[in-house]
Amino acid sequence: MSMTQQAEPAVTTPPAPGPGKEKDGRTAERPLALRLLARPEVGVFLGAVAVLVFFLITAPPVRDGSSMANILYQSSTIGIMALPVALLMIGGEFDLSAGVAVITSALTASMLSYQLTMNVWVGVIAALVVSLAVGLFNGWLLVKTGLPSFLVTLGTFLILQGVNLAVTKLITGNVATDDISDMDGFDQAKAIFASTFDVGGVNVKITVVWWLVFAAIATWVLLRTKYGNWVFSVGGNQQSARAVGVPVTFTKISLFMLVGFGAWFVGMHQLFSFNTVQSGEGVGQELIYIAAAVIGGCLLTGGAGSAIGPVFGAFMFGMVQQGIVYAGWNPDWFKAFLGVMLLGAVLINLYVQRTATRR
Amino acid sequence: MTSTNGTGTHGAVIVDKAPEQDGPVVELRSAGKSYGNIRALHGVDLKVFPSQVTCVLGDNGAGKSTLIKIISGLHQHTEGEFLVDGEPVRFSTPREALDKGIATVYQDLAVVPLMPVWRNFFLGSEMTKGPWPIRRLDIEKMKKTADEELRNMGIVLDDLEQPIGTLSGGQRQCVAIARAVYFGARVLILDEPTAALGVKQSGVVLKYIAAARDRGLGVIFITHNPHHAYMVGDHFSVLRLGTMELNASRDEVSLEELTNHMAGGTELAALKHELAQVRGVDVEELPEEEDLTAPVATSEGKS
Repeated sequence: MSMTQQAEPAVTTPPAPGPGKEKDGRTAERPLALRLLARPEVGVFLGAVAVLVFFLITAPPVRDGSSMANILYQSSTIGIMALPVALLMIGGEFDLSAGVAVITSALTASMLSYQLTMNVWVGVIAALVVSLAVGLFNGWLLVKTGLPSFLVTLGTFLILQGVNLAVTKLITGNVATDDISDMDGFDQAKAIFASTFDVGGVNVKITVVWWLVFAAIATWVLLRTKYGNWVFSVGGNQQSARAVGVPVTFTKISLFMLVGFGAWFVGMHQLFSFNTVQSGEGVGQELIYIAAAVIGGCLLTGGAGSAIGPVFGAFMFGMVQQGIVYAGWNPDWFKAFLGVMLLGAVLINLYVQRTATRR
Repeated sequence: MTSTNGTGTHGAVIVDKAPEQDGPVVELRSAGKSYGNIRALHGVDLKVFPSQVTCVLGDNGAGKSTLIKIISGLHQHTEGEFLVDGEPVRFSTPREALDKGIATVYQDLAVVPLMPVWRNFFLGSEMTKGPWPIRRLDIEKMKKTADEELRNMGIVLDDLEQPIGTLSGGQRQCVAIARAVYFGARVLILDEPTAALGVKQSGVVLKYIAAARDRGLGVIFITHNPHHAYMVGDHFSVLRLGTMELNASRDEVSLEELTNHMAGGTELAALKHELAQVRGVDVEELPEEEDLTAPVATSEGKS
């Protein structure tokens, strides 16, 4: 600090160096409403409200408390995974193996504890290790080879998809795992991953709480910690970030491992709410997570986004998915709805990015 | 010398104080770099002293970028020696170079465009507060410090929250220089800071170079504009096809000579008589070979 103050300012200060802070006077303050609208989170929030109002009007059953709890539950299973996927996307990468990694995790926990007849917690911990290892592998391969994450994770996606089916058939002789609901520790684990609690006569799933807690933590980390700063920088300009001393390798690998953690959590939820796991599931889910993150205002190319946006993004998904059912329409329309929402969100993102970088 | 003044920030960057000495902070001894079978740089000698501007000039492909990448820790040299404070070093990451007080301001990759100005200013060396599980960014302090530092450098911005991509090229360059100075750099490497700028903005950047020098920093100024170099430089090195063509201090070389060296003057001078035979080539302006008095470094590199 000392040296920065002893020297004369390099350039004569622009006019009127008054006691107050002078402004350069070239940036006009835009109205608050306009500035808020330019934020992608606000855009997706308004979008979510619009979808909610739409279904409240067209589908009367949605107005019921238990339907809302159901919609929130549906949103939370997407939302918990959409969070780490969004962080990874802000960090400039994406993970196509996220969907099947959920099933891999659930299969590991289920089969390990069933086959070895051990406490389910052994399987749960082993599944966590496996999930983190998959993330580590993705991240490590990406950093080492410099290949695009699309290719690397497409590879792991195919590998996991095949391994899920083959190993399950090999061990259980079936495409699904055995029921583990009567094993030691099951109730304990179910209380954490898949319990239900009562709010004013409405049954709410615990995943809704986890979803919001994780979103709050992710928001805090992203905006208030060093690590969050690093995530934005590795996605925004990796070379710059490396040149100013950001540990790019660590940041990227840890983001992939975070997706692994999310996959583990959702996998455990599926296992403990349905007692068995279908080994062929999960395919296609990765695109839903990515879409939720993009609708939530995360830039597909990295460097911009939030953790709160994907919460609304996931809510829109859950809302549309359940809303169509409640409205009594043909559920085939669901995907068409999603496509329209996705394109709309992408166009808004593009506009925001252009505005932000306009000279 | 002011080589110890780098510690005054918040102690995040400089781990070891430099000993009080008059020797060069950074020195290359016949250093070189090969990429596979391509020898990008060979036999380069360079000394960077505190409070001096060392200009490295050269045409495209002369090896300027390779040179700074070695010094800034992005690449490693494959031959010769690289010394910091007289100690041989070999950096494997830019972080190590930063820890030694060597900061680089790149022309194109100085900043992350979508991030706010203050986040860019502190990127990689963020200020934090609080104990570990809730250790968080000290946003207020960072914003205040960034604003002060930028004002000290004469850069006045209304809103530090605006993405740095909205600033002009010169402003971005200056933010990067202010950042390097603030974080206690002892050696500042500037990679063609004026290449993409207009006349006025170049002038502003040159002023910051002079200001940084006056604060006791050793500045390595990479450019291919001899006029810009001669305005602030104390020592000039001209690279040509990966080797050192000229290594001279300010009193040994004139702007004209420097310009000639940049334009491949020695070769042109040798060809002067041949060129004189060709009608329409004006050789009057070209110097005679013996007029070029500045010491010309050979590839074996004794300066």
